[in-house]
Amino acid sequence: MAIRFTLNDLPVEVEDFDPNTTLLAFLRARGMTGTKEGCAEGECGACAVAWVQRDALGNTRYQPVNACLLLLGSCAGREIVSIEGIARGGELHPVQQAMVDRGGSQCGYCTPGFVVSLFAEYYRPGRTELDPEAIAGNLCRCTGYRPIREVAERMGQPDESDPFRRRLALAPPPLEPVRHGSEAGRFLRPSTLSEALALLAAEPGAVIVAGGTDVVVEVNQRHRRHLGLLSLESVAELTRFEYGADRVRIGAALSLTEVEQHLAGRVPLLEQLFPLFSSRLIRNRATLGGNLMTASPIGDGAPALLALDAEVELVSLGGTRTVPLSELFTGYRRTARKPDEILSAITIPLPLPDVQRFYKVSKRVLDDISTVAAAFSLRLEPSGKVLAARLAYGGVAATPARARDAEAFMVGQIWSRELVLRTQPLLARAFSPIGDHRGSADYRSTMIVRLLEKLWVDSSGGAA
Amino acid sequence: MTSLGKPMAHESALAHVTGSALFTDDLCGRFPGLLHAHPVTAPHAHARVLALDASAALIVPGVLRVLTAADVPGQNQIGPARPDEPLFPTEVMFHGHAVAWVLAESEEAARLGAAAVRVEYQPLPAVLELEAAVGEGSFQTEPLRLSRGSAQAALARAPHRLAGELFVGGQEHFYLETQSAIAHLDEQGRVFVHSSTQHPSETQEVVARVLGAHRHDVTVQCLRMGGAFGGKEVQANAWAAVAALGARLTGRPTRVRLSRAHDTSMTGKRHPFLGRFEVGFDAQGTLLALRMQLFADGGWCLDLSEPILYRALFHADNAYRLPDVELEGRVVRTHKTSMTAFRGFGGPQGMLMIEEVVDRVARTLGLDPCAVRERNFYRDGDTTPYGQEVRDPERMPRIWRELTASSDYADRRQAIADHNLRTPHLKRGLALTPVKFGISFTTAFFNQAGALVLVYADGSVQVNHGGTEMGQGLHTKMLQVASHTLGVPPSSVRMMPTQTDKVPNTSATAASSGADLNGAAIKAACETLRSRLAEVAARELGAPADEVVFDDGRVFARGRPEPALSFSHVAHQAHLQRVPLFATGYYRTPGIHFDRATGTGKPFHYFAYGAAATEVEVDGFTGMYQIRRVDILHDVGDSLSPQVDQGQIEGGFIQGLGWLTLEELVWGADGRLATANASTYKLPGLGECPPIFNVALLERATEPDVVYGSKAVGEPPFMLAISAREALRDAVAAFGSGRPGVVELASPATPEAVFWAIERARGSTA
Repeated sequence: MAIRFTLNDLPVEVEDFDPNTTLLAFLRARGMTGTKEGCAEGECGACAVAWVQRDALGNTRYQPVNACLLLLGSCAGREIVSIEGIARGGELHPVQQAMVDRGGSQCGYCTPGFVVSLFAEYYRPGRTELDPEAIAGNLCRCTGYRPIREVAERMGQPDESDPFRRRLALAPPPLEPVRHGSEAGRFLRPSTLSEALALLAAEPGAVIVAGGTDVVVEVNQRHRRHLGLLSLESVAELTRFEYGADRVRIGAALSLTEVEQHLAGRVPLLEQLFPLFSSRLIRNRATLGGNLMTASPIGDGAPALLALDAEVELVSLGGTRTVPLSELFTGYRRTARKPDEILSAITIPLPLPDVQRFYKVSKRVLDDISTVAAAFSLRLEPSGKVLAARLAYGGVAATPARARDAEAFMVGQIWSRELVLRTQPLLARAFSPIGDHRGSADYRSTMIVRLLEKLWVDSSGGAA
Repeated sequence: MTSLGKPMAHESALAHVTGSALFTDDLCGRFPGLLHAHPVTAPHAHARVLALDASAALIVPGVLRVLTAADVPGQNQIGPARPDEPLFPTEVMFHGHAVAWVLAESEEAARLGAAAVRVEYQPLPAVLELEAAVGEGSFQTEPLRLSRGSAQAALARAPHRLAGELFVGGQEHFYLETQSAIAHLDEQGRVFVHSSTQHPSETQEVVARVLGAHRHDVTVQCLRMGGAFGGKEVQANAWAAVAALGARLTGRPTRVRLSRAHDTSMTGKRHPFLGRFEVGFDAQGTLLALRMQLFADGGWCLDLSEPILYRALFHADNAYRLPDVELEGRVVRTHKTSMTAFRGFGGPQGMLMIEEVVDRVARTLGLDPCAVRERNFYRDGDTTPYGQEVRDPERMPRIWRELTASSDYADRRQAIADHNLRTPHLKRGLALTPVKFGISFTTAFFNQAGALVLVYADGSVQVNHGGTEMGQGLHTKMLQVASHTLGVPPSSVRMMPTQTDKVPNTSATAASSGADLNGAAIKAACETLRSRLAEVAARELGAPADEVVFDDGRVFARGRPEPALSFSHVAHQAHLQRVPLFATGYYRTPGIHFDRATGTGKPFHYFAYGAAATEVEVDGFTGMYQIRRVDILHDVGDSLSPQVDQGQIEGGFIQGLGWLTLEELVWGADGRLATANASTYKLPGLGECPPIFNVALLERATEPDVVYGSKAVGEPPFMLAISAREALRDAVAAFGSGRPGVVELASPATPEAVFWAIERARGSTA
């Protein structure tokens, strides 16, 4: 089956392709070389393209994504704008003109990616001021960013005749199911959960992919070639969100950007997590479900959700089972998911803990991988007595993990600096982190202990 | 009206923002039948290749040929300084060293073919750590020395002395465009190479050497580079040579493009350095004597390590007078990629070392490092340790005074002290550091350039020169020089891609010298043309030729702007009158020399100056930090193009900030680079750009004897970032007791390094 999509207002049909092909490779092979490869792992943003998407608030918008991590099959039915489609009728787009005027390009290699990110930001519904994250997923090695930041800060508003703005008045294209097969393999994109489960049962070796921000890194960097890819990105049941009386239920295939919009700050710990999790370009595709199922010890979603006592729903043709997140990870990059199961949702019990904090120790503040991530939550009596404590960490063991002895020790005691000092020796014994290029074992061990002290200072308003 | 000295958008800005600017690998689609090359890389840091069997690769569908040493018609040797760099090695010298290349119909087939090549290795002992290599005596060169007076005697006399050492980490260039080349043949089998190279003439020479051809058989073109920073000065040659060899052997166009992981694991970086020093000083912090040893980790082969080390020694004074001094440097061999040129070319490491010394002196005495720095500035009549007179010594103190005032240094110093008293876990730091950077290639013969300017009979102009465009804005400046000199609007001038068949035997675009050298050559060519055209116009205007004015496309007699002729009319008339409308221009930097035997001379045409004040805030729990504010005052002479210069200053600062803070190269015990891509090697991002970032160009700074009074700008601002490192140290010190004493800080000052520095500072409190 051929796939079809719209690229810069022109229809594209692709008959036969390897399902491991990325949009970036496809564009460049077609001679559309404005979209660049800088890293092929979603870190630099030189390959950014934008597509028309309905966001969680119901607005139609241009959403920038990394083409290097976008499987061609995922593009089916989409309406995509690449750098070649931004200037219209021989006129530069306002963001392009501003980049020219302010000296926003030097070597020019990262520039198309920045322009696409700026373009998408220009049309962000309700934009009144710059979201600095709009360009934080793009790396520039020449300018030092100041002129590009000024372009972003001083953007005007699109006028009514702006063709892109007019486009956004209409709904995005619907995403039809995809059943693509070629000699090189299959790309399957069902629309319903039952369809997805049936496909998985029929092809148990298929690799499940949601946003692709991990799976495609492996394709690009480790040259994994999958014969079957099962994309969950448009499974209706997996993209639902509910904020109920006793729990929050987050569809596993919602992008982090969508989750962020749905939550609107109602879960402070996750609100702290989002900007540190990754760049906006990644969060527009990455999902919480995918982040948990990679079971990476350095994924930031897991410690945050562990601190919130989250559970996950695993669905198979035989039914649904609920597993506490703390029991999901069985080893390094291994989970309790059975081969015929799909992670469908993450639930967080309500009410939320009284104290919540997410810390990420990394070299770069934005768009980096954790040396140590810590997510803390406390339920407190009015007296300050600890009813429950969750001290969850990433980057300190083979899986994301909680310091259970320390948690148990804190229960029943008054939340205070003294309690922190008495808990720290237990934290010091909780894990045996390794040293690597992100940080030494000593540093990690010390952070495990010190971050609790930081929690005390931050949550008590800096009292010593 | 001239554009010279006025802000002008990058010459390719329109192409950049629309994605139509072509980089080497963007040309792939223009070559039907293109072959793709993939390296066979060694999994050892040091090993002998015992056998190489390509038969399994040749049966991979799509694989056409496997290139090995036996296929080289010329020399299997690409070393730029000495023959120590075989293109196809029999001895693996670093993890990831390419021992063969596979050519195939697709990238995927080439990769699968490379995986199928069977290579038998005999692993050999490898030395990876710089300090261990020094201990083992693993050196690539004899020591290089600069000295004056007797450091030993002066140290003995000095009222105070201290000794120490500092390891300075390297830096990956991480140009966004990885190394790439495409080669194809003409009907006579001669080679044309599109290469992302800073030095097309050397790429041409190396390709000719490998093919066993004359240089006139090889043409190299560089359209533009997606960043280079020194990383494509000599290290672009290998990929061009492989592509050219592939094209020669198969008759088909051949492409080499390194993936990011290949690029970082196969190409050189900024040299890691180990410095050991002993300094004598008085109670006010005046430097009296310095003895310093610098060990540069050269990696596996010499490359440009020797001139890089010389430049480190030449900058071990930075802006400070060192009465009795003994500097010694040596290039160390380790089993890593060959370290190479990177913005500053050793200067940053030398300068960092003396700034480390000055800070330790100041903190030992309990003095403000800012004051100690100022006290030691060069004065009238001073000379450097290599005997060059410091021209304009008053410029540094002037910059210092102006920046101290404009950055509100004194008030902020107080505000920070107050802030730090109130916040036990969050400390701010502030530091001001100077830069004095020598301009010229220290290898004298490189300091020459040529240009070829063509005026067509319609008045439009093509400018060819030997410099390459890598984002630094060279073509923009050259366009401004040409349009100003010819008196035509910038739109009349077209900058041509750099190509070896236009200007021969060019120098690398490096050492910040691109605009100085090529600008002077273009100016000379344009002046030749202008005086010929003046003769033609003079007859028509009825004025003497030396009174003909060329201004923005209009040609008229001085003092008589009407009637004016158009430039195109004059060009057309000149052609009818058989006046040649093309000219070459040539420039060589006057008066530079250096004697290695005595370690003295005048290696630099002039010095570029600048200073930066940086404020940071550090979290005591984690060592994580933020840059709060940066103020820079920099001397670019009379700027040819202020927006370009500001871009160089800001970009250089942020790149230097990366080197000194986030960018940490880590090799595994097996010699594999563990930080080989953007997920593991962190460049500064938007979040590192200071929220307040004030950059000013020094006023009244005309530089005589340089094109239109300008100064070089590519490298000097990089070292302004040392102020960020010193600000971090200042904040670290604030976690301590406040008693005098050295505050040690590793480099790069990653959050972890800052954290341990804080722990040490706190420890000294107890």
